[in-house]
Amino acid sequence: MEHTSLLERILRGVALTLVVIFFMFPIVWIFMMSFQTNETILRIPPQLVFKPTLANYTALITGKLTTAAGTLDIAFMRNLWNSVFLSVTSVAVALLLGVPAAYAFARHKFRGSEDIAFTLLSFRFAPALLVLLPLTLYFQKLGLSNTYIGLIWVYQLICLPLILWIVRGYFEDIPADIEYAYRIAGHSWFATFRKIALPLAGPGIAAAGLLAFIFAWNNFVFALVLASADKQPVTVGALAFITSSGIQYGQISAAIVLSITPTLALALYAQRYLVEGLSLGAVKG
Amino acid sequence: MSQSALTISGVDKFYGPIDRGVHAVQNLTMEIGRGEIVALLGSSGCGKTSTLRMIAGFEEVSRGTISVTGRKVHTLPPVKRNVAMAFEGYSLYPPLTVRENMAFALKAAKLPRSEVDAKVASIAKLLEIEDILERYPSSISGGQQQRASLGRALIREADLHLLDEPMGQLEPQLRAVLRGRIKHFIKERGLTAILVTHDQTEANALADRIAVMEGGVLQQFDTSDMIKQRPANLFTGTFVGEPPMNVFEAYVGTAADKINLRLPDGLSLDYDKDAFSGLVRDELLKRERVVIGIRPYAVRRSKDGVPATVSANQWLGDQTHIAADFAGGSLVLVEHDRTRLELGAPINISIDPKNLHVFDQSSGMAISHGMELA
Repeated sequence: MEHTSLLERILRGVALTLVVIFFMFPIVWIFMMSFQTNETILRIPPQLVFKPTLANYTALITGKLTTAAGTLDIAFMRNLWNSVFLSVTSVAVALLLGVPAAYAFARHKFRGSEDIAFTLLSFRFAPALLVLLPLTLYFQKLGLSNTYIGLIWVYQLICLPLILWIVRGYFEDIPADIEYAYRIAGHSWFATFRKIALPLAGPGIAAAGLLAFIFAWNNFVFALVLASADKQPVTVGALAFITSSGIQYGQISAAIVLSITPTLALALYAQRYLVEGLSLGAVKG
Repeated sequence: MSQSALTISGVDKFYGPIDRGVHAVQNLTMEIGRGEIVALLGSSGCGKTSTLRMIAGFEEVSRGTISVTGRKVHTLPPVKRNVAMAFEGYSLYPPLTVRENMAFALKAAKLPRSEVDAKVASIAKLLEIEDILERYPSSISGGQQQRASLGRALIREADLHLLDEPMGQLEPQLRAVLRGRIKHFIKERGLTAILVTHDQTEANALADRIAVMEGGVLQQFDTSDMIKQRPANLFTGTFVGEPPMNVFEAYVGTAADKINLRLPDGLSLDYDKDAFSGLVRDELLKRERVVIGIRPYAVRRSKDGVPATVSANQWLGDQTHIAADFAGGSLVLVEHDRTRLELGAPINISIDPKNLHVFDQSSGMAISHGMELA
């Protein structure tokens, strides 16, 4: 650490605290709300001290939502499962297709390769709403609307370009001679891809996969239009908490806590792996 | 041995479309015998590395054929060519230690472990990298990585060993030692090696024959002595040799029984007609203009020579390099004694016709070397 004055250190600490509070406050508040009933949440002024209740979580897990107007069925756990299934499968499919494609784009310059790569990227330019109407019509004709396959297919619009472009960059950073050295030592190009290129681009593939997972998990509009209740992910399912007898803030908060937990856990786990992988390449003297 | 290890015939390399792209290697034909060490020598972009990579199979051959031990390989993938290569960029596998990097191909070839260990140990000793065998490539210096990469290539048994700038990163003392050892190692095992280098000292020290390349064209393919004594053209003449050959344009004239080589600034080198052999004299007199070349070691100072003015004088510890303004250009001469000459001092130069290289003025092709026709 450089020599810094006490004042500077204090100011820096204050600034950091402010930033952390600014970003963490909503999450902490939601976490606290998830343990309160609607009545305590809506108290004015809001209070930090309350008697925690697990009612929101029980309601979500059992699927029975009790409101002033009566008992409602909530398919939240089903939605959560849908989210996990859709995101994991979409990322898996995107990795399976995208990583070899990224390798091809990075290593082999063929006629039109740049155009194809750019076309794939351009999927990310168009606002989702622009493609939704034609997609809905096609999906109805093809019998794909409200199917997992249809949704996973559409999710490739989100995942595939992301994985392709990030991983391609990582492959391009690996000196081609390392692969040549492996091939000349008596290995096929496929073995080279598997044993040399994939491990070396590992951190990049993990980062791209994680990012694609988060994007897929957070997707709202595709799932809203193309799937009905039993296939909907949590992002869409959360709409069910806006009931005729008011917004169920407690349950929404609990639902949010439950739905960010998998992504948060994955991000924290992968972060450790990412830092490890990236610093391995950075030791160069 | 007469059997050829490598035959390259009529090979062209275009980057981009054939006949329209960059013509990196032009109609290259060469044959390398078994157990021979050949250096591809040239400046950057001369096509030497492209040639090596075509042999290895990393670049497509645009036209022509390449055969290794009589087997046409230019359309085969690298794995089927049975060649080993040391890369200029080292290209060690980052997750493996130096030992694992070197043993890698041997393990893939399913050699018993004891044999692999013995081979790694002997190569490591040869290259002085025994102390870093357990280290990872990212934690060792460039020179050490280069030796590890060289070791990885030399340890293999292959029909051809391709070495791309194998010693560029090494310190001069170590380089000199390793050159000798590596040459001995290659010769002892009867390996055939092709090395790419831009360092003529390295080419001279290691190679049996040197292929000088420039602009994608093979200029001359011969032993280092022959290249120095009988350069095929102006390019090899000036490229090989340190300090480089002095060259001057000259008009050929005759007066009485003399041949005059008239240089710019009204200077003239006058020789008796009998000073040249008959064939050389006839060739000379057929032309009006030629380019003459003279090695710095062959330039003599003598009282009745042609005048020049000293422009630089450097004592290198074992020889003196004297640069002089001469005939509208600059001339370098080397003397083995320490010579005390002030800048601007007048000297007189004489050149023995036995040491004179004559080149065609337009094509640059050699006409004669001393008393013999090229």
